[in-house]
Amino acid sequence: MVTIGVLCIFMVEYNPNLNWSNSFLTAKTNFSKQIYFSIFCAFIAIFILLLDSKVFTALANLSYAAGILLMLATFILGKNINGSKSWIPIAGGFNLQPAELCKIFTALFLAKFISKPDTDFKKLKSHLIAGAAIALPAILSIMQHELGLALVYSAFIFAMYREGLPPVILVVLLSFAILVIATLLLDPSLLAIILTVIAGLFIFAMIKRFKKNKSKILIVVAIWGICFGTVRFAVPYIFNHVFECYQSTRIYSMVGKEYDCAQNKKSASSTGLRHSKKPDDYNVKQSKIAIGSGGFWGRGFLKGTQTRGKYVPEQHTDFIFTSLGEAFGFVGTFIFLGLYLFFLFRLVRIAERQRSAFSRVYAYSVVGIFFFHIAVNISMTIGLFPVVGIPLPLISYGGSSLLTFTVLLFILLRLDADRQMVLR
Amino acid sequence: MYNSNRSRIIQIIIGVIFTLIILQLISLQIFSSKYVLAANNNAIFRRIIYPDRGIIFDRKKRALLENTISYDLVVIPNEAKGVDTATLCAILKIDKKEYAKRMVEVIIKNTRVKLGIFEPFLSTEVYAQITENLYRFPGFSLSERSIRNYPYNTAAHVLGYVAEVDINFLKKHEADGYEMGDYAGMTGLEKQYESILMGQRGVKRFLRDNKGKIQGPFEKGEFDTTAIAGRNLYTSMDVEVQQLAEKLLQHKIGSVVAINPKSGSIIAMASSPGYNPNLLTGNQRRKTIGRLLTDTARPIYNRAIKGQYPPGSTFKPLGALIALDEGLITPSFGYNCFGLYTACGDPRKCEHHNAGHAGNLQLALANSCNSYFLQVFRMAIDNPKYHNAKLGYLKWKEYMNSFGLGRKLGIDLPSENRANIPDTAQYNKDFGGAKYWNSCFMLTLGIGQDRMTATPLQLANTMAFIANDGYYYTPHFVDSVEEEDDYDKELLLKYRTKQEVTKIPKEYYDVIKEGMHDVTIIGTAAFIKVPGHEFCAKTGTAQNPHGKNHSMFVCFAPKDNPKIAVAVVVENAGFGSTWAGPIAGLIMEKYLNDTLTKESKTKMDYLANVDLMPANIKEWYIRNNKTEMLIPLNYNNDELSDIWDMEMLSETAPIKLNVDTLKKIDTFQKNKPPASPIPPKQNNKESILTPIEKKKKVNSQ
Repeated sequence: MVTIGVLCIFMVEYNPNLNWSNSFLTAKTNFSKQIYFSIFCAFIAIFILLLDSKVFTALANLSYAAGILLMLATFILGKNINGSKSWIPIAGGFNLQPAELCKIFTALFLAKFISKPDTDFKKLKSHLIAGAAIALPAILSIMQHELGLALVYSAFIFAMYREGLPPVILVVLLSFAILVIATLLLDPSLLAIILTVIAGLFIFAMIKRFKKNKSKILIVVAIWGICFGTVRFAVPYIFNHVFECYQSTRIYSMVGKEYDCAQNKKSASSTGLRHSKKPDDYNVKQSKIAIGSGGFWGRGFLKGTQTRGKYVPEQHTDFIFTSLGEAFGFVGTFIFLGLYLFFLFRLVRIAERQRSAFSRVYAYSVVGIFFFHIAVNISMTIGLFPVVGIPLPLISYGGSSLLTFTVLLFILLRLDADRQMVLR
Repeated sequence: MYNSNRSRIIQIIIGVIFTLIILQLISLQIFSSKYVLAANNNAIFRRIIYPDRGIIFDRKKRALLENTISYDLVVIPNEAKGVDTATLCAILKIDKKEYAKRMVEVIIKNTRVKLGIFEPFLSTEVYAQITENLYRFPGFSLSERSIRNYPYNTAAHVLGYVAEVDINFLKKHEADGYEMGDYAGMTGLEKQYESILMGQRGVKRFLRDNKGKIQGPFEKGEFDTTAIAGRNLYTSMDVEVQQLAEKLLQHKIGSVVAINPKSGSIIAMASSPGYNPNLLTGNQRRKTIGRLLTDTARPIYNRAIKGQYPPGSTFKPLGALIALDEGLITPSFGYNCFGLYTACGDPRKCEHHNAGHAGNLQLALANSCNSYFLQVFRMAIDNPKYHNAKLGYLKWKEYMNSFGLGRKLGIDLPSENRANIPDTAQYNKDFGGAKYWNSCFMLTLGIGQDRMTATPLQLANTMAFIANDGYYYTPHFVDSVEEEDDYDKELLLKYRTKQEVTKIPKEYYDVIKEGMHDVTIIGTAAFIKVPGHEFCAKTGTAQNPHGKNHSMFVCFAPKDNPKIAVAVVVENAGFGSTWAGPIAGLIMEKYLNDTLTKESKTKMDYLANVDLMPANIKEWYIRNNKTEMLIPLNYNNDELSDIWDMEMLSETAPIKLNVDTLKKIDTFQKNKPPASPIPPKQNNKESILTPIEKKKKVNSQ
């Protein structure tokens, strides 16, 4: 029964969305294509619902291997779209992006791995294996210049956390993120002083405890040292040597600063792989303008001047949220986000009621992937996150991504239908 | 339970991130309005629809200026690909370098995707060639614009000109909604009545995409406003009189003002040297304006309202009026003048010696006896009623101001000059304190000299109030505005209100009028006739520190029912009766009779060709290779081009000067003239050469 309820929410939510968003912001071809995609996806969905749940457990490992192979194949067959070589052309003008599909396979694989009776996920060894399984497609994505897709794989942390990943990792990651942003925002020497002061205060406050156990002082000092190193050496090194120029610029523009590409050694050596004439924050600026101009009530359906004028690049794919923001204003975006939030919580509830670990891990993977997509996509359109090519689930134009999300969801629904069964 | 705890944490993380997103959305969508503005800037393209400016008519509804269509060649640089540049350059007579340069300018001004002006104001010939070949120039198109056109080539100073607004103008008129690229009246009536003439601009809003392409009207044109054409002005000017005045002032420096005393409406106002107003429109402007601005004779300067001249003897009727009104003299008061006024020690000359030439006021006016009016002036200042000279002078000055002298009259032209009636403070300073001076110290004020100055407009106005027996209407051009509203009525109210000049009884005016009439019968202007009309006049030969005397003439006619009051000033020309008088006579004749007699026409031709240009200004023209300025300006469109051809000629073939001219230039350069409308004092020499002779000399090189 709940399955049907959830299904309805999804259907109600995504089909109308697709219709109106696409009808006024893309040419008819894209719009109709997207309808074909959704019909196709509906067939796939029905097909998945008709399958036996055991199929998924059975095929988990195999599909993962196949996915990796497909991704490798793109290096040979790949077609260049927007600078990333991650598409395999198939008949009829449609292209397939294996990296998208690989998310499903990875989710299945992870679920299978964790649910194996001989895996104790509290051990470091299994953490590492799981991590490696996730990292492999992620690295392949990076090699295809699809940084956004690679980042999605970090969403599996949710599932892993649920199954016993120590919370320290979350804390460390979070503090690292704060540290990096602080590095960008503040003057390095000022930051160094702040860090030292924090460490000093910490030691001072805990001075009695440290007297009993002197090794703890060392830990604090070590942490301080790592932080300091990150600020002084690691971050500048990453920005100047690891990232492409455009990536550094985007990150800098998010915090409102300019990045001097002359510092970037990598782009200097690789002679500017993506040379963009427009300033790199053009996307975000225009996207903010479009969303901001929606105001409280929005300009109304089909009345968005920015969407009609096509000011926001990629507005039918990655920046689709802008047209929504402009047309329906704050009220629209608020309701829209509410729906997504309800949807995510619904998924978490579904995950929690699974009896089998396989289903649960898989469900959490789905939650993670969806959440990551939604959060990152919307954040980047409103300038909270650097621009990465991540579509908005179920809304953005694009066959591969729509198919991926449909498959992800309906496998979950299928598993949920059999939630009393224990799958191995 | 530990696992469901973790599920909670996951939910919290999701919730926190969503809250962050919503907070950012609130700040973007609800609290910052700049994004709406930015979006409108992005997407709404405002096209301003310029209305036609109002037209200015003369009293017979002839258009002094009109609008004509001119075309600009405009271009969208991004679409200008595969242009047949060779042909285009050939048509526009530019080279490829210039083409590239202009393209860059357009891109800098208006970016690559928007329309920019490549060549403004195409001539009809170029326009025809371009329309024929437009298909060869992708990205180029023609854009219409309305420019001024002056069918009678006249009244340049009065009408003023329109020009593109600059940054200063925009700052001054922030509230009026001007934008860069707009045109506005900069001088003359165009400036004074800008708000009426400009009309109301319309705005059409279009949606445009990121490439600047128009997608269609914004909101179906709901916010569009239509352009409302500027309203017309109806003036009291008479084109023919105006043209005559300008023609008579050719080769002279000076001014003519003619007023209808019954209404204060100005019939003609000329200032010489002038310029053809058509030379300041369209593509001519660029070529002309610089030349006009650097010309030492200042052709842009409107001497009629800005030139300050000592009124000389033309002041005498006013001096008499004051004395009569104060009861100091009666019309029969006489003064025994033998050709000198010696009452103040230093003797002042009078032109007449015969006894009894100032036997009474009427005779004194007719003969313009200096002694008489010096005496009358001293009586006014030393009036026992006011105890001392200072208070007497103040009273005298009060009269002057009520006569409209020494203050702005408030004509409907910008930047009128108030000229000068000296303040007691000025004399206190000159003579070291109030108690150190008396009527003898500024004696020549009595004959319109000393520090007293007046503009030709003020002089004409004094005639108007004498003609009216004591009142005048503030001189003005615009009688009515098309579809006059309350605001316009208020604006024009002061021109429709009678200005009373103190309460001087009518009989005194009659005496003055009789005296001024005698001037035209037996006096200094006896040989000037207006066929069919009796008129009153006063000549003036004003001494001035800048050289030869100014020739002045004031008059009104007909004597018993005045319809026109005229003031004429010809700088450095000599006697008032010789030059200014005949000019005024012809103006009155033209206005009152509508035509000139055959005799008068001959006189007109003679006067028009007389060259009274001060020598130093001629020198300047020769020195600066602008001899064509010495050639008569023809008020005829067809010959306009000839003038330009001549200028081209003189530019292409530099004029060589012979030894004589070089010598003259040497002496000239020693006494460099200041750039003043009035010639410098050092150079008092008569002009030796007529312009024609000079031209010959130059050409014979």
